[in-house]
Amino acid sequence: MKKVQLAIVGGGPAGLAAAIAAREAGLQDILIIERGEALGGILNQCIHAGFGLHTFGQELTGPEYAQRFIDRVEAMKIPYLLGTMVLDINENKVLTVTGRETGLIQIQAEAIVLAMGCRERPRGALNIPGTRPAGIYSAGTAQRLVNMEGYLPGKNVVILGSGDIGLIMARRMTLEGAKVHAVAEVMPYSGGLKRNIVQCLDDFNIPLLLSTTVVDIQGQGHIESVTLAQVDERRKPIPGTEQVIPCDTLLLSVGLLPENELSLSAGVALDGVTGGPVVGDDLATSVPGVFACGNVLHVHDLVDFVSEEAGRAGRSAAEYVLHRRSAGRTVALRGSSGVRYTVPQHIDADAMADTVTVRFRVGQPYRGAALCAWAGDKLIRRIPKRILTPGEMESFPIRKADIPADCDTITFTVEEAAQ
Amino acid sequence: MTRQLTCIGCPMGCQLTATIENGVVTEVTGNTCKRGDDYARKECVAPMRTITGTVRMADGRVISVRTRTDVPKEKMFDVADAFNRARPKAPLHIGDVVIADVCGTGVDVVATANRE
Ligand SMILES: Cc1cc2nc3c(=O)[nH]c(=O)nc-3n(C[C@H](O)[C@H](O)[C@H](O)COP(=O)(O)OP(=O)(O)OC[C@H]3O[C@@H](n4cnc5c(N)ncnc54)[C@H](O)[C@@H]3O)c2cc1C
Ligand code: SF4
Repeated sequence: MKKVQLAIVGGGPAGLAAAIAAREAGLQDILIIERGEALGGILNQCIHAGFGLHTFGQELTGPEYAQRFIDRVEAMKIPYLLGTMVLDINENKVLTVTGRETGLIQIQAEAIVLAMGCRERPRGALNIPGTRPAGIYSAGTAQRLVNMEGYLPGKNVVILGSGDIGLIMARRMTLEGAKVHAVAEVMPYSGGLKRNIVQCLDDFNIPLLLSTTVVDIQGQGHIESVTLAQVDERRKPIPGTEQVIPCDTLLLSVGLLPENELSLSAGVALDGVTGGPVVGDDLATSVPGVFACGNVLHVHDLVDFVSEEAGRAGRSAAEYVLHRRSAGRTVALRGSSGVRYTVPQHIDADAMADTVTVRFRVGQPYRGAALCAWAGDKLIRRIPKRILTPGEMESFPIRKADIPADCDTITFTVEEAAQ
Repeated sequence: MTRQLTCIGCPMGCQLTATIENGVVTEVTGNTCKRGDDYARKECVAPMRTITGTVRMADGRVISVRTRTDVPKEKMFDVADAFNRARPKAPLHIGDVVIADVCGTGVDVVATANRE
């Protein structure tokens, strides 16, 4: 059987940054396995600007950002396989792989970094009544068609969901000559960035209809119109508010799900809230030697954070192979009162770095609130926040020195502004 | 004259009101920090945008492109049109000029991907 010290599953920004960091940490024998025809992952279809402000201090497009990492992987001569899919990972870290160059083979890895990214929530998960005509696409599929294949799916568009991919596609299709009639969002607020609402919708007078959803789809064979209706606080359509909008295309931008079938087959424990693996501060999963980073771990909105997190996973994987860190005292992290989850889910209070960045999302928007970290009933850090929104991932640094010796759980909460 | 706009500087999204007299912003209110003031002054007088898109190459392949820097917002559709008319030849690399001085803006359109 082919052997490798570190196998990296996925050649997107997470896999690339993990590979670079592992090599910098001294590991030689690394293999990146990517099912697509190019490295770079989803960034290849994200051709708009806005990537890398944190890392490079300039606004790159997705392909430009990816290329900086691809160039380093090439310069370091880190091996990779394209058009090659990992079909299975077993509990002993044996990967079953099929590809153009390899055929069907097995690879024994000493360590694995999971970097498979995420996929879009499909329409089936949404439960929209009406017919199932052609002309309904996920926003990401439309993004690939327009940006990679130069094909415009339609001329009269309605978008359901105000996530950033949907907003970006509203602008993109408008500039390509389509008319975007409306973006409907079932929540009373948008999950997209303010900047995207202004520059992708307001710039083109595209209405954003909040507390509104699609209640019916009409058309035989091909979509002809959709019915929108306002919803009440319980997200139930309000009778009498229906409006029919003729269209030939409906885009669904309704969220992303980490892609974890392989993690499950490897025996990795998943977090019910994130849908990704449960990890420690070193991004180690529940299976020794298996690490996770990027969108497979939890859905990110800034690729800069993906690269940083993946760097940590790559270093940890190299450390695992070269000289294992000895385990110390485990402290669980958990979210409560508005904090939906944390990544990592636990830290090693002895082996951890001096500061570990804990990331999470809140469940609803807050103004004038504060984020708090508690060890039991002792407040160990409080960070005031003018604004918190579910669309923006929060980063909360925890200092090793602040963790009390008798602490076994740190709880993160939102402290709401006094009324 | 006053104009309402949403600041894009951070997720606060402050609702700004700019007072404009003779084409000059004389006052900005509603901002929480200085960035909101700067944004309103620029956005009301000379709004600028980076435009990205795709161009079909002479050999039929698609390549992503951008304006190298911001161009005036009112040129957005003209620039998108120019993307549709260009037919550049391979090879192209990140930063190579695909359209020089697009629509008289003085800004070049450059490739954002590599095509050998
Ligand atoms: C449709 C879509 C659009 C997005 N647009 C934006 C955007 O505009 N701006 C933004 O900041 N973020 C965007 N994101 C978020 C973006 O995914 C992250 O910023 C970043 O790309 C995540 O990096 P990653 O490496 O974790 O995942 P990805 O970039 O998704 O890379 C994962 C890679 O793993 C490969 N892979 C998966 N399974 C296997 C397997 N079994 N075998 C081999 N290879 C495998 C995939 O082919 C892919 O190349 C978007 C996400 C999606 C899904
Ligand atoms: S004015 Fe300041 S605080 Fe308000 S949105 Fe703009 S940058 Fe944010």
